[in-house]
Amino acid sequence: MATYSTNEFKSGLKIMLDGDPYAIVDNEFVKPGKGQAFNRVRVRNLKTGRVIERTFKSGDTAEGADVVDVELQYLYNDGEYWHFMDQQNYEQLTADATAVGEAAKWLKEEAICQVTLWNGVPLSVAAPNFVIMTIVETDPGLRGDTSGGGGKPATLETGAVVRVPLFVQSGEVIKVDTRTGEYVSRVKE
Amino acid sequence: MTSAPPAWRPSADWGTLRLRADLLAQIRAFFATRRVLEVETPALSGAAITDPHLASFRTRYAGPGPRCGQFLYLHTSPEFPMKRLLAAGSGSIYQIARVFRDGEAGRRHNPEFTLLEWYRVGFDHHRLMDEATELVATLLAGRLPLAEAERLSYRELFERQLGLDPHRAAVAELAACARAREIPVPPGMPADETDPWLDLLLTHCIEPQLGRGRLTWVHDYPASQAALARLRPGDPPVGERFELYLGGVELLNGFHELGDAGEQRRRFEAENARRQALGLPSAPLDEALLAALESGLPDCAGAALGFDRLVMLAAGKASIQEVIAFPVEIA
Repeated sequence: MATYSTNEFKSGLKIMLDGDPYAIVDNEFVKPGKGQAFNRVRVRNLKTGRVIERTFKSGDTAEGADVVDVELQYLYNDGEYWHFMDQQNYEQLTADATAVGEAAKWLKEEAICQVTLWNGVPLSVAAPNFVIMTIVETDPGLRGDTSGGGGKPATLETGAVVRVPLFVQSGEVIKVDTRTGEYVSRVKE
Repeated sequence: MTSAPPAWRPSADWGTLRLRADLLAQIRAFFATRRVLEVETPALSGAAITDPHLASFRTRYAGPGPRCGQFLYLHTSPEFPMKRLLAAGSGSIYQIARVFRDGEAGRRHNPEFTLLEWYRVGFDHHRLMDEATELVATLLAGRLPLAEAERLSYRELFERQLGLDPHRAAVAELAACARAREIPVPPGMPADETDPWLDLLLTHCIEPQLGRGRLTWVHDYPASQAALARLRPGDPPVGERFELYLGGVELLNGFHELGDAGEQRRRFEAENARRQALGLPSAPLDEALLAALESGLPDCAGAALGFDRLVMLAAGKASIQEVIAFPVEIA
């Protein structure tokens, strides 16, 4: 893997620190007029999501991390692993629960997901921003109540629970924003 | 598909660009009333700065003439030729110069920037701090309210902010201080040299606190950080260098100027040896400057003020890119 000088640092660059892959969040060059220059960077651990601060002497280098984002199709879950397929070459990849994380509850078979690979292995999985799912269970609620204030929990086919307006019923298909976990609209089949 | 046209508009707004012009005019008026002479010196020189922390841009001159085929360096400040003018009898002088420093870009750095540099014959560093306080107060009047300026030594600064003596603390004490303040210590910090540790503490802990609502002057630096300044004997001897901070921004650096040619040559050579140790190209010494010092530099103090940063403060802008029409990213 390439090494990068601090002069090549910019947000989004993936580097290795203490054996973990990180993405640079921001990078500030500081230098006393007559002294040692430093790069103060904030970096996000791509395994844990934690953001930490690091300082480099300007001109020093960091090893690049072999991290790429790919679009993979979700196939199935075998009880332990989530299986994905690269639609370009039909290669199959498996991701564990750590990598799938919160995305698990939004994964419907055949969905196209953005998967971050580190050294070719899934490091994290992002669900599609919007998913279309069937409600399997929700209280009947009151028909005709369209006031915005209320809402009730509804369980979706993947087990995810979202708040929906009172007029939405079991068996209906809805659109959900997975980034916020919020109901967007009903979908007419 | 057509690609987007390159960004061609200035990154600074018109109010800021007009303010730049106003401030330049005010600087010229300030020095005109004090009978300080405006001068111009070359940006290209056969000599370069030896300071290992400054990197000069280099270009090869195609000729014609005696310098044909030689490397020429873009100046990092106009200091050396201005001292030649002083030695030649100019009296007090100032210059508003575009200077160039490789490897410096960020919120407060552009590799090409504008320095106001001036020298006052017969002044020591304290008298020049007085004049610079007046100048900055004049330029910021009505734009940034300032309380009375404060002045403290490098030692007082570190004692006040970190409770340690920068002239005596060993690397272990500085490293412990950095860790106690949760500074992420960079890899490769030296075990036998304190200056990089002092710079780490200065940039991470101290500078952001300096010049809050007032001008903060720092003076009397460790001799190792003042290669062009006079040393004042003492325990330990200190370099008569001074710095001005405002709003956490380093705005000006100056010296009570060293006039001893032999001592200056030794310092240049020590810096070049340091460059070699760091794997940096050595810099050709400015023999014309050394000859000028040999013939006699009048007793003087000099200062260089980062004009773009002054505009940032006057305009209330957070980055240097907002006060330069075309910063390096779009130059």
